Amino acid sequence: MHVSFSSSKIKKFINQQREKYILYKKMVLMVNESIITVKNLSKKFNGLTAVDNISFEVKKGEIFAFLGPNGAGKTTTIKMLTTLLHPTAGEIKINGYDPVNEQKDARKSFGIVFQDQSLDEDLTAYENMDFHGVFYNVPKDLRKKRIDYLLNFVGLQERKDDFVKNFSGGMKRRLEIARGLIHHPKILFLDEPTIGLDPQTRNHMWQYIKDLNKKEGMTVFFTTHYMEEAEKIADTIAVIDKGRIIKKETPQALKRLTNTRSLEEAFLKLTGKSIRDEKSSSIDNLRMNRKIWRR
Amino acid sequence: MGVIYVMWSRQLKKYWRSRARMIGALGQPLLFLLALGFGFGPIFEKAGGGSYIQFLAPGIIAMSILFTAMFTGIEVIWDRQFGFLKETLVAPVSRSKIMIGRTLGGASVAVIQGFVVFLISLFVGFKPESLINIPLAILFMFFIALLFTALGTAIASRLKDMQAFPLIINFLIMPVFFLSGALFPLNDLPRAIEIVTRLNPLTYGVDGLRNTLTGASHVNLFVDFTVIITVTLFIGIIGSYLFSKIEI
Repeated sequence: MHVSFSSSKIKKFINQQREKYILYKKMVLMVNESIITVKNLSKKFNGLTAVDNISFEVKKGEIFAFLGPNGAGKTTTIKMLTTLLHPTAGEIKINGYDPVNEQKDARKSFGIVFQDQSLDEDLTAYENMDFHGVFYNVPKDLRKKRIDYLLNFVGLQERKDDFVKNFSGGMKRRLEIARGLIHHPKILFLDEPTIGLDPQTRNHMWQYIKDLNKKEGMTVFFTTHYMEEAEKIADTIAVIDKGRIIKKETPQALKRLTNTRSLEEAFLKLTGKSIRDEKSSSIDNLRMNRKIWRR
Repeated sequence: MGVIYVMWSRQLKKYWRSRARMIGALGQPLLFLLALGFGFGPIFEKAGGGSYIQFLAPGIIAMSILFTAMFTGIEVIWDRQFGFLKETLVAPVSRSKIMIGRTLGGASVAVIQGFVVFLISLFVGFKPESLINIPLAILFMFFIALLFTALGTAIASRLKDMQAFPLIINFLIMPVFFLSGALFPLNDLPRAIEIVTRLNPLTYGVDGLRNTLTGASHVNLFVDFTVIITVTLFIGIIGSYLFSKIEI
């Protein structure tokens, strides 16, 4: 009697340990599981190589910064990751899906705030938000709640029924960011989201995104030219130049490796101080120019 | 369903908000109706064709639908240049649905435009044969509109440049309009012209519209219907395919 009792106790103990082990293993897996995998990715436009054989991984729940000078290939890479462009060569997996052949599943996995404008100017701010919610299948009540909250958040609540064409550049930018946050995707791409925003809005916005990252485990993939922003927010930084990834490290490691005190110095050390000429910067630069002309 | 509705309503909202476009687009059909209607009227009557306005009005209604429908395609290029296209293209919805919503929206706008021309033609002296057939006429308007909106959108899916679109569209629209029987009866035409008019899908649209509005026709209504639906489906499928292949 006594023996069998103790053996059941042991069994129970072993079971408990096993459960703990499984849970632990799951956590390790979760930490190490990559949600974006890119292998030997290239994109050529009529002989011009915009992205040159890059490979990298982004871990689930990570905040990943993609930094590089103008025309380095950041936007082209993001376009390939988000199904807008087909790669010339190489392999991509977004949340396990191939953006070329499994477009719909890949698209379900991410949200994006584009570098250049993607609003419909003939619609009101609210309509732009609402359409987005419908596209991403956010239920009506939740949609309304989030839109109201986010419009308030970016300070556009009073202007919600105004046409976007009457907005200033900064207001459009704010609206665009708010729109990108209506649905909570597994991966959020932000292509220079803070360009043209004041420090208040920038801080505010990053706080919100960090919150989402923590609470919902949302992976964030962003590009920026504000180095202090990347330094503060990113877990991992990849530096890309002339279509190639030069380094992929934590901000601390980048500074240590380059023997510099700030990320800006590290960045300049890695990519050089010369301003990019027209040839090396292709589409990125064109888009930049367009933006300047429009404002 | 939500996506189709949203894309459709977007088009209507934009149309309703730009009254200038609405009124501007009426100028051409009105000019055709008045200048040709009253200009050729006497000759047409002397030749034994009856009232020319009666003959012409359905053709001009079809014309305004053709022009409005084809030119809504430019909105795809517009959206591409102003960025909204990207927003729709990365959304997790099938691109065919986006294309269908767009096409339905453009077609609805074209039908409204056509209906306004119909109302105007009543003031110029056009008398529909019976009011019972008007819903059927509207259905025909809708199919003409669908066909050419789908065509315009399909062409715009392949173009990036705002200037090229009107050139290409005008190059297509003019022969389609002139060789459709909108302006003159299709009886006793030279063989070559007759073959071309037979191959022109708008011929069947105009004929169906004229048949339902005035009772006069060249081909029979069932053939009109079948041809126009088949061609619409065909172009719609090609258009969806081209639209789904857009890269930015």
